[in-house]
Amino acid sequence: MIGAVLARNNRRFTLNADFTAEELQFEIEVREFLQNDFPAEYREKVDAGIRLSKDELVHWQKILYKKGWAAPNWPAEDGGTGWTATQKHIFATEMGLIGAPEPVPFGMKMVAPVIMAYGSDEQKQRFLPDILESNVWWCQGYSEPNSGSDLASLKTSAVRDGDEYVVNGSKTWNTYGQYADWIFCLVRTDTSVKKQEGISFLLINMKTSGITLKPIVLLDGHAEVNEVFFDDVRVPVNNLIGEENKGWTYAKVLLTHERTNISGVPRGKRRLAALKRLAGNTDDGFGGTMLADAAFKMKLAEVEIELQALEYSELRTLAALSVGKAPGPESSILKIVGTELAQEMDEMFVDLAGYNCLPFVPEQFEDGFQGEAIGPGNTAAAALTYFNNRKLTIFGGSNEIQRNIISKAVLGL
Amino acid sequence: MDFSNTEEQQMLQESVQKFVHKSYDFDTRNQIIASEKGFSQENWDLFGELGWLTVPFNEEDGGFGGSAVDLVVMMEEFGKAMLVEPFIATAVLAGSVISKQGSAQQKAELLPKIMEGKMQLACAYAEQGSRFNLAHIKTSATVTGDTVVLNGSKTAVLNGSNAEILLVVARESGATTDSEGISVFMVDAASAGISIQAFANVDGKKSAEISLIDVSVPVSQRLGSSGTALQALQDSVDRATLAVSAEAVGAMESLLHKTVEYSKTRKQFGTAIGTFQALQHRMADMFIECQLARSIVIMAAMKLDGGEDAIEKTKSISAAKSRIGKAIQKVGQEAIQIHGGIGMTEELDVGHLFKSVTAAEIMFGNTDFHSQRFASL
Repeated sequence: MIGAVLARNNRRFTLNADFTAEELQFEIEVREFLQNDFPAEYREKVDAGIRLSKDELVHWQKILYKKGWAAPNWPAEDGGTGWTATQKHIFATEMGLIGAPEPVPFGMKMVAPVIMAYGSDEQKQRFLPDILESNVWWCQGYSEPNSGSDLASLKTSAVRDGDEYVVNGSKTWNTYGQYADWIFCLVRTDTSVKKQEGISFLLINMKTSGITLKPIVLLDGHAEVNEVFFDDVRVPVNNLIGEENKGWTYAKVLLTHERTNISGVPRGKRRLAALKRLAGNTDDGFGGTMLADAAFKMKLAEVEIELQALEYSELRTLAALSVGKAPGPESSILKIVGTELAQEMDEMFVDLAGYNCLPFVPEQFEDGFQGEAIGPGNTAAAALTYFNNRKLTIFGGSNEIQRNIISKAVLGL
Repeated sequence: MDFSNTEEQQMLQESVQKFVHKSYDFDTRNQIIASEKGFSQENWDLFGELGWLTVPFNEEDGGFGGSAVDLVVMMEEFGKAMLVEPFIATAVLAGSVISKQGSAQQKAELLPKIMEGKMQLACAYAEQGSRFNLAHIKTSATVTGDTVVLNGSKTAVLNGSNAEILLVVARESGATTDSEGISVFMVDAASAGISIQAFANVDGKKSAEISLIDVSVPVSQRLGSSGTALQALQDSVDRATLAVSAEAVGAMESLLHKTVEYSKTRKQFGTAIGTFQALQHRMADMFIECQLARSIVIMAAMKLDGGEDAIEKTKSISAAKSRIGKAIQKVGQEAIQIHGGIGMTEELDVGHLFKSVTAAEIMFGNTDFHSQRFASL
């Protein structure tokens, strides 16, 4: 009998990536808000590859705050949005598609969850509102010259003296510390135990005497990061989060947050569209454009396909989260593939730029530059973006470390 | 948004898993391949009883629903075990051609037999020189009165030697690569003028080279109307492409799993080779490839079942086939490499999985073909 074993009742074709009616409505709401409230001049700057200043970034963050959308990842009772995982995904997607910058992550996404989870009530009151309102700019004090991937080997020390810690050492790769008001640091408070067990999580005011910054200029000519030196810096004991020597645990727990919306798919879609437009405007030297060039066309197709595969991998992760499955190491895939794909697109922008990406004029991406752009579509940015984005596969847990994680946590090797 | 299997899909998946566990180990598969038919009629009868053969067909045709997702769920399990039974050739490809191009009467005659497991078919479309272009048809169909005479030769006909009925794609009019003028004829495989040379493919499935010399067929054996078959053929091949992609996803999962397990047990230099970071990273990359391959096949199945327009659907098939093709090369090659010498042997199953997925990469258009098709749409 045909179909005897396969009974069919109320069949639904599941496996759909469809949003519900409410989610679609939300998508429209977010899109309209961004169209209307993300300042047009910032949008132009982003499209032209011009860096937004600190004031501009804070201005935009405060617009989000006024809307109540500054901190989607915070609990609703602390000022978060109370969104579902899907809504957060929709929001991140729309932001990415229009190129609106997310709030600088160090305050909103990194130190705040730790304070919420492990801080005292006094600390929560002291720090969280200013983070939410973008009144205070935070930076991160993790990596050291001798402690990168092996972060737990860090040596910056915090020695208890009365009701203060005395901090000595140095941190590196500190992003935008030159703008920061506060720094959250992993410091060593015990040298006699296993390295992970002697680390504390300490909040330090950047104006404290003894802190000096040394800018590090990166390959694109911009001082995006710093070395931060601590010379007998005295920090009140009530800036310690949680318990002494538990800092490593707190930092690791932080890593289990933000497991989706890290693949960069929306940004990737924007860049892919820009790549296609640019290719259509780039002469191939033989009378046609690069969009019709056979090899370039193939690469474009393959990049677009990879982006789709990545997008659906992220959606699968999101769907699993939505039905309550715990976040797992699949985020390592999103990080690896997302960053490597972004770098492939960088290569294609360099490809299109041809000779135009040779001039090294980093100041043209700073606001107020008066000179001329060279070639179609700001191709001069291509090489600098390519150089700067080599960091994607290095930071945030290098892609080698991510592969270690997959090997151990997924494959059991 | 919902990515979880329905109850029925769950049941389908479990039912294939149970069958494989009970009746399809590596030795059994080898014996089946070595047999005259190259597949097990007993298994095929069971597929009929279990209703599996109804899965590719719409409800209107008396099938289970024709959902691409249902098909993908099944085919992944088929691929893990490297089933050689001609499910894709008969139920997916030939079945789909009949369903899309056949008249109501032709469908009523043939589809129930297919679904009951009572008939083997093969679709003979590819020719030497056509490469992956479905419209490239030299085999000619000359109509005189009520008779059609077919002349030409077909290559890589999946299940060609077991089919009772061959669906022969032939040109009634137009130049070699014209889209118009292509028809499909149902041809009794025992007809005079047909010669069939069978062999086993590298993946253990059987296919045939078929030559047609003045093969005479009643005009009523033409499926549907004259010269209009290309679209139906294209859509059917797209379905079969998705099926073979899903099979490959399953096979790649087996390749990964076996490679990881092997690396944990194989010791050299006093330690399991799985402790070497270089190999760990390569296996992590294999894992990533498997995940991306699965994601894009799911995407294509969802789009095929969903409301996208025809071009989006076709693009998604090419996206899937292109991407899994890349994954196949990486995962297949790395699996053999990490197994070392024994990966090269006929005796071990890993090499057969590698050969299986290699065949899949070629079937219905390779990676570059589909990247280009995606780009051109």
